Amino acid sequence: MHALIEQWPRFFSGPNILFLATALAHTVLLSLASCSLGLLFGFLIASTRLTRSWTLLPLRLLLTGLTESLRRIPPLVVLFLVFFGFSLIAVDIEPFWIALFALTLIATAFIAEIVRSGFRSIPREQWDAAATMNFSLVQTLAHVVVPQAWKIIVPTVSLFFVMFIKDTALASQIGVLELTFVGKSFIDRGFSPLLSFGTVLALYFILSFPLARTGQWLEARLASS
Amino acid sequence: MHHLDVRGLTADYAGKPVLKGVSFTVTRGAIVSLIGPSGSGKSTILRTLTGLLRPSGGEIWLDERQLDYRKTADVAYARQRIAIVFQQYNLFQNMTALRNVTVTPEKVRKRDKREVEAEAVALLQKVGLGDKLKAYPDELSGGQQQRVAIARALALKPEILLLDEVTSALDPELVHEVLDTVRLLAAEGMTMITVSHEMGFVRELASNVMFLEAGRVIESGPPQQIFEAAREARTRQFIGKTLYR
Repeated sequence: MHALIEQWPRFFSGPNILFLATALAHTVLLSLASCSLGLLFGFLIASTRLTRSWTLLPLRLLLTGLTESLRRIPPLVVLFLVFFGFSLIAVDIEPFWIALFALTLIATAFIAEIVRSGFRSIPREQWDAAATMNFSLVQTLAHVVVPQAWKIIVPTVSLFFVMFIKDTALASQIGVLELTFVGKSFIDRGFSPLLSFGTVLALYFILSFPLARTGQWLEARLASS
Repeated sequence: MHHLDVRGLTADYAGKPVLKGVSFTVTRGAIVSLIGPSGSGKSTILRTLTGLLRPSGGEIWLDERQLDYRKTADVAYARQRIAIVFQQYNLFQNMTALRNVTVTPEKVRKRDKREVEAEAVALLQKVGLGDKLKAYPDELSGGQQQRVAIARALALKPEILLLDEVTSALDPELVHEVLDTVRLLAAEGMTMITVSHEMGFVRELASNVMFLEAGRVIESGPPQQIFEAAREARTRQFIGKTLYR
């Protein structure tokens, strides 16, 4: 406790605040970008998996295999696989981009499954009606399925997003300057762990709490409409 | 000339044969009614005609053109000409009554929006729902939803209209409003294939009745024959049970 009060002014010095702000920005950017890309790719994957044509069968199998395995491998392992994969082909990329790539893969796999179960929640009868009136798959999704499945997909994805912010902490393992990384580096510099990670904790909370509330609000709003 | 000619149609569902060689013809303006115990394959015939279930054998001819339901183009051709109304209405829950009727002509057939809308309003008025244009399916009664579904099918200007147990899901007091709509279509000479348990209705409107059991046509003929002088004992038994239950 003594150390906490003593270190307080030094901890919140100008450079340290800048350091924290950069880390916060990276955490926000990583989670936002990987989830947005995940939503886009997840949507494409879930839609592709609905196709029935033989020509797309290899693609469907590949996508199913990818999403199923990515959801079963620990995220840290995925991160290291991507990390060492990139170093294997000897490309020199910033750790941030490697982390973004790995996190996007993970987010895509999970969101693809969320979108898919959203699609599956639409009764068979709705698909049948569209099919017998010559709707293409894209038309069925655009006019019938997505407008109805949205109410299930949006709250679940926002819940996933809030949880996923925490997963971005993994990026610290490969040296990305984000919140968890900064917390550790403060300790290395002799700051109290309580102060360092207390600050990090507060920032994670400030980040995810409004999001969680927004998610709840969205869910209530969509459910009533 | 036959409009629709079905020859030796077979179909499997979940590995089991549900249609075991069904043949029938439909001429223009005819109303063919399929009757029979549940599981006899009546609805399956309609599902096969609309391409929801692929036939495993037999031939389907529409206007002298043989359709290969394995081909997307042929299925699309059939669906362009044959419309179906389902037992559970299957209205799009995210659309108003009016939108349910306009969406296909406008978005799938790419017709002029204003023209389509005017037609849709007229159709909904015709089925007695001119005051429900902006209502969503969950705000309508079963009978009203089914009439929207009929209007939606008519907006496709089908040559043949399939009615799959359209009154089975309705409260008894709502059955008549849907049947009245079907009577209206019959009077206009609409070609229809119906699956129905409303025997009085079948008797009144059908030009031809087909009695099916276990995936086969047991007997077919004009309503007088089927209802009063059936040749097959099984038909008489079925008719007897449904009339005096």
